[in-house]
Order: sequence, then C-alpha cells, then structure tokens
Amino acid sequence: MALRKKGFLTKEELLASKCYPSEKRMSEGPVAVIECNEEIPCNPCEVACKFQAISIGNPITNAPILDENLCTGCGLCIARCPGLAIFVIDKTYSEKEGLISFPYEYLPLPLTGSIVESVNREGKVVSSGKVIKVLNSKSLDRTPVVTIAVPKDKLDEVRGIKRLERNDSK
Amino acid sequence: MYEKEVVVIGGGPSGLSAAVEAAKRGAKVLLVDENLRAGGQLFKQIHKFFGSSAHKAGVRGIDIAVDLLEQARVHGVEIWLNSVAVGLFKDKKVAIKRTFEDKLEKLEIIQAKKIVIATGASENAVRFRGWTLPGVMGAGAAQTMINVNRVLPGERILMIGSGNVGLIVSYQLLQAGAEVIAVIEAAPQIGGYGVHAAKIRRAGVPIYTSHTILEAKGEKYVEEAVICEVDNKWQPISGTEKVLKVDTITIAAGLKPLTELAMMHDCQCSFIPQLGGWVPLHDKNMESTSPGIYLVGDVAGVEEANTALEEGRLAGTSITETLNYISTEEAERLKKEIWQRLNELRMGPFGEGRMLAKSNILEECKASNC
Repeated sequence: MALRKKGFLTKEELLASKCYPSEKRMSEGPVAVIECNEEIPCNPCEVACKFQAISIGNPITNAPILDENLCTGCGLCIARCPGLAIFVIDKTYSEKEGLISFPYEYLPLPLTGSIVESVNREGKVVSSGKVIKVLNSKSLDRTPVVTIAVPKDKLDEVRGIKRLERNDSK
Repeated sequence: MYEKEVVVIGGGPSGLSAAVEAAKRGAKVLLVDENLRAGGQLFKQIHKFFGSSAHKAGVRGIDIAVDLLEQARVHGVEIWLNSVAVGLFKDKKVAIKRTFEDKLEKLEIIQAKKIVIATGASENAVRFRGWTLPGVMGAGAAQTMINVNRVLPGERILMIGSGNVGLIVSYQLLQAGAEVIAVIEAAPQIGGYGVHAAKIRRAGVPIYTSHTILEAKGEKYVEEAVICEVDNKWQPISGTEKVLKVDTITIAAGLKPLTELAMMHDCQCSFIPQLGGWVPLHDKNMESTSPGIYLVGDVAGVEEANTALEEGRLAGTSITETLNYISTEEAERLKKEIWQRLNELRMGPFGEGRMLAKSNILEECKASNC
C-alpha cells in the first residue's frame, strides 16, 4: 500500500476503504471524506458527529465508516480528528469550482479572500485557490479549519495549501 | 531519614497518575521529579492524542498535564521538584538529592512502604561519521526545544526515523517554522501511523524509506548530511549517495527504559527489543519482582502516553489495595476496567507486538515467583 511506503493514500486505496463518498452523494452537497484506513485505537470522530454518520464501534481499532446519507457536511469532525485526516468537500459550490475544508495548524493563517496555492497529498501545488472561510473558534481547540475554492476537477486531489511565509525574526 | 508511605519517582504521566490514584483514596504520597515542573513528556505533546474518546482522546498532551497537576494538588500529593532520586536501596530506601527553593541541596534518605518507579526512557543514538557535530540531537531534545523552550534548534532539518516520534516531531518542527528537508527510514516501510505520515507529506516533506545516513559534514556545526539507500541486508548501496543541505539532524531511533534504580534494588529484568531493551519484569498489578516496588510507564516498556496513564492508575490502585485503603472487591473491579482499556490501546497491527511483549513480561514474572 502506498501509505506504508510513501506516506499517502492513492485514490484507489481510498475508494477501497469505505470512506470515500459516492459521486452521487458529492453532487448533492457538502460531505465528509475520512482518509483514515488503518487499525489504530482511536474514536473521537465517532463521538464528534451530531448526526451519527461516523461509526467505529468496538473495538476502537476499527477504521471509521462514513454513512454518506447521514452526513450533512457540517465539518464538526474536521477539527476533532487527532490525525487531521478528515476533510469536507462541496462539489456543488458553483459550476466550475468546488470547496474543500481542511484542518490547518500552521501560522500565519491565511486571510479570507486571499489567493493561495492548493496542494495535493504529496504537497505538490495543484492549482490556485481562494480562501472562502477560516474558522478558529475556541471549540476547535487550536485546530483552525480553512475552506478554499478550487477548480472542481481538482477536488479529489487537493488536501491543503502551501504554507505561507512567516514573518518571524530569526 | 524520613518515612513516607508512598514514594513515586518521576512525575510524568505514569508517575502523576499513580500518585493521584493513590492519594485520592487516602494514601500519603510523595512525588519526586528532577525537572523544574512535573509533567514529564506531556508538556512537549502539543498534538491531540489518539485513543478512546471516553478517556481523553482528542485532548492535547499539554492539557492532560495541566489537568493531572491540578488533580495532584487537589488530592494533596507532596511534590519535590528539581530533585533527583540518586539511589534505591534494599529495602525500599530511596536516596534523593533534593534542591530547595533557595537552591540549597540536601541528600535525603527516605524509607518508603511502597515505591513507584516511573522514570521513563531515554533516546537511542545512531552513530555515523560526524555525529558529534553541533546540530545533531535526539528528536525528543528538538521537541523540548521547540515546544517547551520555544527555540528553534535549526532551520533545515533532517529527521532520522519514521516512527511516530519522528513523524510527529517533524510536523511540530514545521509548525515551529523550520523546514524539514527529509525524513529517512532504514526499513522498507514507514514505521508510524499513516495519518501522521500523510500530514507531513501534504506539507511537502519527502520520506525516503530504505535510506540511512552515512555522514554529517561541517566545520564547526552540521552543514550537510550524506544519505544513501540500503539493501535488504541494511547495507549501504554505493552510488546512491545524496547530499542534503541541512543544519540540524534529529534522531528518532527509539527509546530505552531508564532502569538503573530498578536494577539497584535487584528487580529482575528481561531483554525485550520490542519494548526498548532491558525491561524490569512486573505482574498484573505493575509490581516488580521486588515486593513493594512498582514500575509504570516507559520504564516498564516503551509505549505511549495513554498506556503510561493507565499503568500509573493500575499501580496506584494496587498500592491502595495493599495498604488497605480500598477493599479487594473494589480494587479488582477498578483493575479489571483499567486492563480492558490497556488491552484496547494495544490492539491492532501497531500495538500487537507490544501486547505480546507485555503478556510475556507477565508470564516471565509469574515464572520467577513475583
């Protein structure tokens, strides 16, 4: 599996893991994508979802399973996952663009409205993107959630942004 | 010479939770820690923990530390900071170099009824030409510098080791503003969790499996690292050398239990590579082969914070049982719950090696009449 050797999951591996929503569901509105398919003892995502769309059960090493029909794409789970492995994708944003929300624990945070470079699971720049929303409330416990708009056909690839220049004095 | 009921050596997650568990049931506990603040590794763990959400999963290590310290205060645990346990003698006598507020140092000898050794583990070295150049350090040391002291050890980092420590510290180095040039791993696959690897790959950090470091170069400090590929016998493959411009080389090649005090008191040990090396044997109450001496956390086998917290609770509970602060029935019930959680934390492909090693410890301990 690419994860063990390269450190990221390929789309094929994700599709095989029961956590990738169907195209049909993605065409209906925002939905969560959980990129976690290893047996680790961990279950905060199950508890985070108000709609009980994520199940892990017993033992807690089970990989999470998403019920795409219960999921509303609200994004509450994004900041709760200790592995930062949950994203929310919205393919219905506009005709040409879609939205991806992801956890972003770096400084500086991007500014709403700014243009950023979106990256894929290997950290390679895929497209430019516009920052639509940056959430950093206390309830997120210091895991800000950033939402960017990118070309729709890149949504299955994009999983973050290139980190921004820091202004620290060195 | 003082007399104390329970002495806990080491104020990390396992020691603190043992102290709290014993103190809240009425035992008089003294906790000793060599640092200026108790909390052990927890104050470096700025990330959210995995595990069961019923037991602090999703909470950052630093917040767990603050909560534990508060519990220790509330339950009246006596704490000596900046104080080192320098010897453990038969029978249950601890020698502590105590430093007072005014910097006065005194050697105190304490006769304890029960002792908990929670001394943790230390980082392994990986030796290569140039390893003594300034800029080469343990990944744990780098983590202390960035998360506790808020200082960058360098700006261009090479991380050796792709277990969870290597992956997490690489992520935290990025958060602190350093550039992680690469993570290298001698084995053909990444050692830590896929989600940890994915986080740093998204940030553009390459992970080179089947690679090792040949040399660190530089005049007065690290300026370059030479890495190369290794074959399936771990031998360097000539012609595959790569030079990386780095100023810091952090080593995350495992930890080994700090067993000196246990050995001083003749606690029987076994060599268990899965758990870090020489590990003192313990029974299901976390009691060693030396009656009245308990072992918890990384010293009892290198695992993680969650298991350390549970083992501490287990020892604390067992101690209050033997000191008659709780009934055997109550103790059995509590211990059963803790063991269920420990087993849960040791499940799955990442835990099963430790699960087996830990049950071997219990077997060996039983065989030597614990």
